[in-house]
Amino acid sequence: MATLTLIQAVNDALRTAMKNDPNVLVFGEDVGPKGGVFLATEGLTKEFGEKRCFDTPLSEDGIVGAAIGMAVNGLKPVAEIQFQDFIFPAFDQIVSEAAKLRYRSGGQYTCPMVIRTPYGGGIRGGLYHSQSGEAYFCHTPGLKVVVPSTPHDAKGLLLASIQDPDPVLFLEPKALYRSVKGEVPEGNYTVDLSTLRTVREGKDVTVICYGAMVPVCERAAARAAERGIECHIVDLRTLYPLDEDGVLEAAKRTGRVVVVHEAPRFCGYGGEISALIAENIIEYIEAPIARVTGFDTPFPNTLEHHYMPDERRVLDAIEHVAAY
Amino acid sequence: MTSTAPRTVIQPDGAAKPRDVGLSDKELIHAYRTMLRVRAFDETCLKLQRSGRIGFSIPNRGVEATQVGAAAALKKTDWLFPSYRDFGMALYHGISAEAMMHNMYGDALDSAKGRQMPVHFSFTDPIRFFSISSPIGTHIVQAVGAAYAMQYRKEKHVVLASFGDGGTSSLGFHSGLNFAGVWKAPVIFLCQNNQWAISCPSEKQTASDGYAVKAEAYGMPGVLVDGNDLLAVHQAVSEAAERARKGGGPTLIEARTFRMGGHSTSDDPTKYVPKAMVAEWEKKDPVARFEKFLKKRKLWTEKQREQWYAEAMAEVDAASKAAQATPRPALETIFSDVYATLPAHLRRQGQQAFDIAKRHGEAEAGDGAFPL
Ligand SMILES: Cc1ncc(C[n+]2csc(CCOP(=O)(O)OP(=O)(O)O)c2C)c(N)n1
Ligand SMILES: [Mg+2]
Repeated sequence: MATLTLIQAVNDALRTAMKNDPNVLVFGEDVGPKGGVFLATEGLTKEFGEKRCFDTPLSEDGIVGAAIGMAVNGLKPVAEIQFQDFIFPAFDQIVSEAAKLRYRSGGQYTCPMVIRTPYGGGIRGGLYHSQSGEAYFCHTPGLKVVVPSTPHDAKGLLLASIQDPDPVLFLEPKALYRSVKGEVPEGNYTVDLSTLRTVREGKDVTVICYGAMVPVCERAAARAAERGIECHIVDLRTLYPLDEDGVLEAAKRTGRVVVVHEAPRFCGYGGEISALIAENIIEYIEAPIARVTGFDTPFPNTLEHHYMPDERRVLDAIEHVAAY
Repeated sequence: MTSTAPRTVIQPDGAAKPRDVGLSDKELIHAYRTMLRVRAFDETCLKLQRSGRIGFSIPNRGVEATQVGAAAALKKTDWLFPSYRDFGMALYHGISAEAMMHNMYGDALDSAKGRQMPVHFSFTDPIRFFSISSPIGTHIVQAVGAAYAMQYRKEKHVVLASFGDGGTSSLGFHSGLNFAGVWKAPVIFLCQNNQWAISCPSEKQTASDGYAVKAEAYGMPGVLVDGNDLLAVHQAVSEAAERARKGGGPTLIEARTFRMGGHSTSDDPTKYVPKAMVAEWEKKDPVARFEKFLKKRKLWTEKQREQWYAEAMAEVDAASKAAQATPRPALETIFSDVYATLPAHLRRQGQQAFDIAKRHGEAEAGDGAFPL
């Protein structure tokens, strides 16, 4: 097994998929000779040629629309949107088209395709290179939304997404691209798109998180442990459709729940998790469910470290629900 | 790339054709000194980025004449819908290097309150330099709306929307030109074709013969101009502005130029830009070209250049020192300006952010009690 960064694992997954299936194509802005602005597609044009990994004109609507057409006609497109913040010109293609095609055609037409895109803050990218837009997409039946947090999962989840029969939005936590490393198996393997991952076992407080917030929660849990609070952390991995049983099971373990995400709070993903728990297992819950999230403002630049949930804010919430 | 040759004014020997270039000696010198100030600002920002004082910058070398030539054709009552590479448009119209530097540092005196990345300027004075957004092309159609407002009020002003070759693939470009054509809106579309959209060359951006030809399909004149010839750009934009002021509608201008540096400080252009191409365009340096013209008009000497460049550097240096000495924006700026009045939930969240910062000893002078 090789030790890879998360971005190297993404690159490895793309290479593996392209080797295994000649119908897999990779395209987007600057993904060709440059290898992508984060180097996710580095070396792929050289290895597989310009017909399989290539640059498109600067149009996200074009990228996703063309991907849908390719997918309905037998290809396996893996499109890159350079930053998730720039996906909105393609919102119509994703929400009105890709997500609804199977349903509206009575199952006659389908578009198995993947849209990969880096999301989240931590690079001083200001309003438009930092956003976490998962909630917009998790409100879209027909679409799958996947967010890895480790190199192992990044590769296995991306390969599973490429092999999936439905359209998948694959959100890559750019803050983790080079900051996490881990062992990654060689060749083809998949990580199931319907189960969460238990990151850490504990009996006192359940912390529910995903993507870039996973290492933040792990650090907060380590500090909580020093104060005698044992956290149970789960990484959701696939946000939609959600492993609801897994979430309820994790929440029941401790009866005290903290939900963490970087995106704004209002109508954010955490609201759905809280409602799920409150609706189904309220009798097991011993403290108000706490959400630690970005503020309900656009994403700032200079003060981004005050905006993004950090381990202190998560720790505050853990201590609060533990003491309740 | 194109069969048609771009319009030029400055001839190889430095003479101008036509002789009347439509700018006074004073304006010519102001335009020249603005290009030197763009260079000084650009070079300083690249150094500041390398030394870690600012996070990011956008190289301007090679495209100065397009920006300054276009700006020189506008009045202070006109509006600019610029792109992030338009340092020269701001400086020409009297926006100070210091105001721009506060944006590069994202400090408390930044007109955008440190919320945006560097080079995402926003100014209202002394010219409307519209707030820059990162998503490419969104402003092109907004410019048409602003122009419609001028038309509606029977003002004789114009709007200039500036964007790159890559920007022509955006939805905003196509809606913008279509709307402007139908409305005969007083807007000038300036496509700065610097041949690259990050690493994507023009031949992968469009199959048409350059960008000016796209005008025809939207029912407006299209003009291809040499973007390294300040006077040619000025002439084309002036003509378009005059037509627009008289109710003649929009124009698409393609200024053909070349981005001599990387796309940004995060980019390594040696990975994809052919060396020969850089060498070829190095010879067409827009500043050297304008100097040749000024020299022929007896408005320029080497010694003058040195003095003016030193002055430009001193100005930018002072701007950078001022920005460096300015504190970060106050915490309240995360929460203000989301709405005209602060809603209750943001007041609560702001108080929470402030309490956390205070508890961890991170509130800074100027934060005081959460004031909103
Ligand atoms: C909608 C959108 N997609 C992608 C990007 C990322 N991006 C930033 S600049 C750029 C290239 C722009 O090229 P061009 O329009 O030619 O302008 P130039 O930088 O050359 O002046 C890209 C792809 C973006 N900012 N917005
Ligand atoms: Mg360009």
